[in-house]
Amino acid sequence: MSPEKQPATSRYGSNAGQPLTRRDGILKVTGRATYAADNHPEGLLYAVMAVSRIARGRVRSMNVDAAKAHSGVVEVLTPANRPPLFHDPHEKMPPFGFRVEVLQDDSVRYGNQPIALVIAETLEAATEGAALLDPQYDTEPARVGREAGIRFDPPAVSIGGPPKTAHGDVEAGFSNAAITVEAEVETPPQYHNAMEPHAVVAEWDGNRVVLDMPNQALALSCASYAAFFGIPVDNVTIRSPFLGGGFGSKAILNGPQILAILAARMLNRPVKLALTRAQMYGPVGHRGQTWQKIRIGMESDGTLTALHHRSLSATSAFDDFLEPAANASLPLYASPAILVEHEGIRLDTGTPGPMRAPGEASGSAALEVAIDEAAQACGMDPLAFRLKNYAETEPATGKPFSSKALRTCYEEGATRFGWSRRPRAAGQMRDENGLLVGWGMGTAVFGCPHFPAEARATLRADGTALVETGAADMGQGAWTALAQIAAEALGLDPDQVEFHSGLSTLPDAGIAGGSGHTASAGLALNQAGGDAIAQLSDLAVNDPASRLFGAGNIGLTARNGRLYRRDDESRSESYAEILARSGRSDVVGTAKSNRDPTVATDHALYSHGAVFAEVKIDPDLGQIRTTRLVGAFAAGRIINPRLVQSQYFGGMIWGISFALHEEAITDKRTGRIMNADLAEYHVPVNADVPPLEAILVPEDDAIVNPIGVKGVGEIGITGTVGAIANAVWHATGSRIRKFPIRIEDVLSAR
Amino acid sequence: MNRFDFIRPASLAEAVTAAAVPGSVYLAGGTNLLDLMKIGVTRPERVIDISRLPGLDRIDWLPDGGVRIGALVRNADLAYDTRFAATYPAIAEALLSGASAQLRNAATVGGNLLQRTRCAYFQDTAGACNRRELGSGCDALHGENRLHAVLGWTEQCIATHPSDFCVPLAALGAVVEIEGVEGRKDIPIENLHSLPDATSAQESALLPGDLISGLRLPPEAAAFAGNARYMKLRERASYAFAVVSAAAMLDMDGDTIRAARLALGAVAAKPWRAHTAEAALIGQRPTREAFEKAATAALTDARPSGDNAFKITLAHRILVRALTLAHEGTPKVMPALPASPFPEQHLPAPKGDLHVA
Amino acid sequence: MPFSISLTVNGQPNSIALDDPRVTLLDLLRERLHLTGTKKGCDRGQCGACTVLLDGRRINACLTLAASLDGSTVTTIEGLADGAELHAVQAAFIACDGLQCGYCTPGQIMSAVGLLSEGHAGDDPERVRELMSGNICRCGAYQGITQAVLEAGHVLSQKTGVPDTGVQENGRNAA
Repeated sequence: MSPEKQPATSRYGSNAGQPLTRRDGILKVTGRATYAADNHPEGLLYAVMAVSRIARGRVRSMNVDAAKAHSGVVEVLTPANRPPLFHDPHEKMPPFGFRVEVLQDDSVRYGNQPIALVIAETLEAATEGAALLDPQYDTEPARVGREAGIRFDPPAVSIGGPPKTAHGDVEAGFSNAAITVEAEVETPPQYHNAMEPHAVVAEWDGNRVVLDMPNQALALSCASYAAFFGIPVDNVTIRSPFLGGGFGSKAILNGPQILAILAARMLNRPVKLALTRAQMYGPVGHRGQTWQKIRIGMESDGTLTALHHRSLSATSAFDDFLEPAANASLPLYASPAILVEHEGIRLDTGTPGPMRAPGEASGSAALEVAIDEAAQACGMDPLAFRLKNYAETEPATGKPFSSKALRTCYEEGATRFGWSRRPRAAGQMRDENGLLVGWGMGTAVFGCPHFPAEARATLRADGTALVETGAADMGQGAWTALAQIAAEALGLDPDQVEFHSGLSTLPDAGIAGGSGHTASAGLALNQAGGDAIAQLSDLAVNDPASRLFGAGNIGLTARNGRLYRRDDESRSESYAEILARSGRSDVVGTAKSNRDPTVATDHALYSHGAVFAEVKIDPDLGQIRTTRLVGAFAAGRIINPRLVQSQYFGGMIWGISFALHEEAITDKRTGRIMNADLAEYHVPVNADVPPLEAILVPEDDAIVNPIGVKGVGEIGITGTVGAIANAVWHATGSRIRKFPIRIEDVLSAR
Repeated sequence: MNRFDFIRPASLAEAVTAAAVPGSVYLAGGTNLLDLMKIGVTRPERVIDISRLPGLDRIDWLPDGGVRIGALVRNADLAYDTRFAATYPAIAEALLSGASAQLRNAATVGGNLLQRTRCAYFQDTAGACNRRELGSGCDALHGENRLHAVLGWTEQCIATHPSDFCVPLAALGAVVEIEGVEGRKDIPIENLHSLPDATSAQESALLPGDLISGLRLPPEAAAFAGNARYMKLRERASYAFAVVSAAAMLDMDGDTIRAARLALGAVAAKPWRAHTAEAALIGQRPTREAFEKAATAALTDARPSGDNAFKITLAHRILVRALTLAHEGTPKVMPALPASPFPEQHLPAPKGDLHVA
Repeated sequence: MPFSISLTVNGQPNSIALDDPRVTLLDLLRERLHLTGTKKGCDRGQCGACTVLLDGRRINACLTLAASLDGSTVTTIEGLADGAELHAVQAAFIACDGLQCGYCTPGQIMSAVGLLSEGHAGDDPERVRELMSGNICRCGAYQGITQAVLEAGHVLSQKTGVPDTGVQENGRNAA
């Protein structure tokens, strides 16, 4: 159905489904939303980190005396005086642990590694103190780039994932193929660069500590910090009402934050540490570099016979996170034989970690370019080729999809974009100004993980509710969407729900990652709300004075703050009336939720989408501009279409960034990143972003989880990168297989 | 940032005297200086705040047909001055293609002339840079240098001057007015910035204490108002330094070029005026062929300083493009994306409606 | 050498003792006046998160020395709303979902207010995009931001009755 015919607001008819504006909107537009570094407890000290200017070797000396002599400097933390920790920083803490640098020794393993922490009365003094340390190094040659790195066969990719997955006989598939194409694609190191640099304000009271910090996984982090400081987990409180962007970088414990907490304990005063922008290029994760090779075998009519995707993924010299890029080829195209495999390469860099669409972004960038080449090789339209190889079941496993409206996404997106008018061959279109015009497409896909979560819903005497869960709002709109889910479960208007979140003392809402937060925390809220309503129903149906007395077997419906007899809606009672008569001040519903594990073992669970891009390229100067981007996405039940649209837009802009802008540039001699700032590490600015369209394709999914919600936060990147690269080919006739696509690539290709 | 003495002089003379003491720097808009102080490239002992000095924030039209711009005129104020923009449209376009609206509101004319290179090795105090420390070497030379100089460089230094503003200024023969300990002097902008020199880390012709008080455009600069463009290639659409840029201006006599002004940006340690190319255009018809020839003449001495040969190709092409557009005529209104090769791509307004299939 | 400056912040005149000449306007606001709505994203003029109005013009507070501001007037995000009534730009940002994580939002809004008073964008979305490009939003809320600036521009021009065409004439034809 077209948007003109039916407004989104009426499609679901419940609280969830409404395009409400953000509940935290007023706080955010007035500057009253409090981020970690905005806190300023009495007696605050400022910490500034000193970081290594080499990528490998050891710190021979530092001028601690000079730093300490600077007016206002209180203490300098180095390996020589760093107080003990209760957990070995080399030992990874499950399930998402990484090795961290907390001044355990004088070794340097990457550029921008923390080597000291200077604490002072003012930010200015701490900053200068760090500069005065003037470290001297014993330098060893940095291992940077494909040639210098150390290759290894990884035991796992990402977090514990298998490095290799095989389905069918790939060699047979290739020998049966009439046409084979091969594409090598390179993706650069990318840095999360959330607008809010990582920060912490730590304040100890005895052996209890309160931490203001942006955090995507409150309960998990509390446990980790407790282990590092040898205190009970309940002694750690994390307040994280708002994250100034996370994108994966704030889910994982990092050294700098531990050091600041340690300094606060050592000095018995609250300490604030905020990383500088440059310091975010090292100790807080990044998207690792990949070199991918894809081989596609097909019959002359385009039917796939084999798909082989191999990724050489970079990691640090001392830890193991590998971009699971090749796995992008597992869920999408129906091939009788699929082989995906990963090799690791160790470089002298900070350890990579999950960054918005980890694996999928890099992997689908490569896959979608290769698929486009395959379509070209058999003379087919890229959309027709994708439809030809449409997977009705998950290709690598044969599992049925819990839902898959990808066909509709293709149709809706293509229609909106005008794809049918696209000439097959490249280099055919110019605009009225003589610019080259190209159209490309890509398929978007992202899985639906689910995390255990807890929530509490209290129905109060006045008929309103208090709903609590320690969720993380990093821009996706948790404050709003989760409150909508809770309101729906409670049969209340969202305005009648007081929602508490972003605090570790609340029930554990699990991890805000993997595009699974709304589904995971949402399910807990749905069940906690259901529990509260069930308790309230019990009060009513067992109370002879209630109009609902005895309706227990018939059942009640909760709506607008009232319980109704399901068989006779003229008989109802308000929550307040029921509570008042029962003499209770409230009923408290709780839930510990998780998805039934058989759902994932029996089904393939994915969000899907199709992205169509138009680029224009100056034929002489090689400058590229994305001029149109249309995405159509199907992601189960949509809780708040306004916020979901923004998530898709954000993902699509990350796709533009991946395709055309982002790259950390490392000096091969020193291993130092030479553009560790926002002037030269280019992310798109407003002028780079064309009018975007995101079509919300309806999709009902009764399987993926009881609330039918899939994820929307990451899928927008996948598909978009390939769509833009394919549009560049369509405009110019040249395949550029190294991201980001640069002016000189376009020039030399022509 | 190190501690420094903060000094606010009341007059130009007081400022010059104060700044003549070694270790002094002038603070005007602060957009470049504070950044360099934060990253430790500049560690002044004395900061002389000239931002409130009276009389330096005016644009004065001169009786001879030229104009004098005070050193403290903000970039945005100059670019949006109606008469200035109409008379020197390429300068306005260059100004508006630089940095961001916020930075243009703060940055001054004098500071823009003296902004330091964006070379990453200059900014990285851990590495060698002859510009920061003469004799230490140049880590850019065999480093990440795809955006470095292709003209006027030596093994001493391959950095470029990042200013957009200076490119059309160089083309138009601007004169820089300087107050110094010894009194007032004028320096042609072409002599302001130094090319690399093994015996000196000096980046400009300024002596200690010298203060740029203003800038003059000579009367003949106004002759190019009708056919003037600035073009800038960037790696994102805005808020980025140039990969290469060019200012091109023509004074047409019917279908014949009476005079031409050409300069390149981001190709050398100074804004690079292309005199021979200008000369090659005089008396020619404004054809593609003539423009190509001029571009070839401008780049005769160009050579890559590293992984940047593509910049020579681009410099050639952007010169031809700037000349072509200049010949088509100065746009009636400032393009939505100043200096962009996508001048008339007026992308429609974003739609607010939610979009459900 | 301690000295003091007088600075009007959000309409309030202040005499501020500065014990350190290194303090930037951004750190003065955040760490000493505890006006933390203005954000630090890069501290180098490369992101726009610290945008405030200085004497009515949008600038990057991170590249401004507090010591140099004696006698100036600063407006921050905290000073924009009129009591409980949001400024038109603030309201439009909510309505158009021109924000996600919210961290760049104060800077975006102050920049938009500056843009509208400068009057060079008119109702041309392309000019709005260009003139808002000094404010990076990593979440990618640009579409809503552009829409919000356009909508707020309409609201404000209706309020003042001044048509907001704003396109600068240039070159010979304008002389």
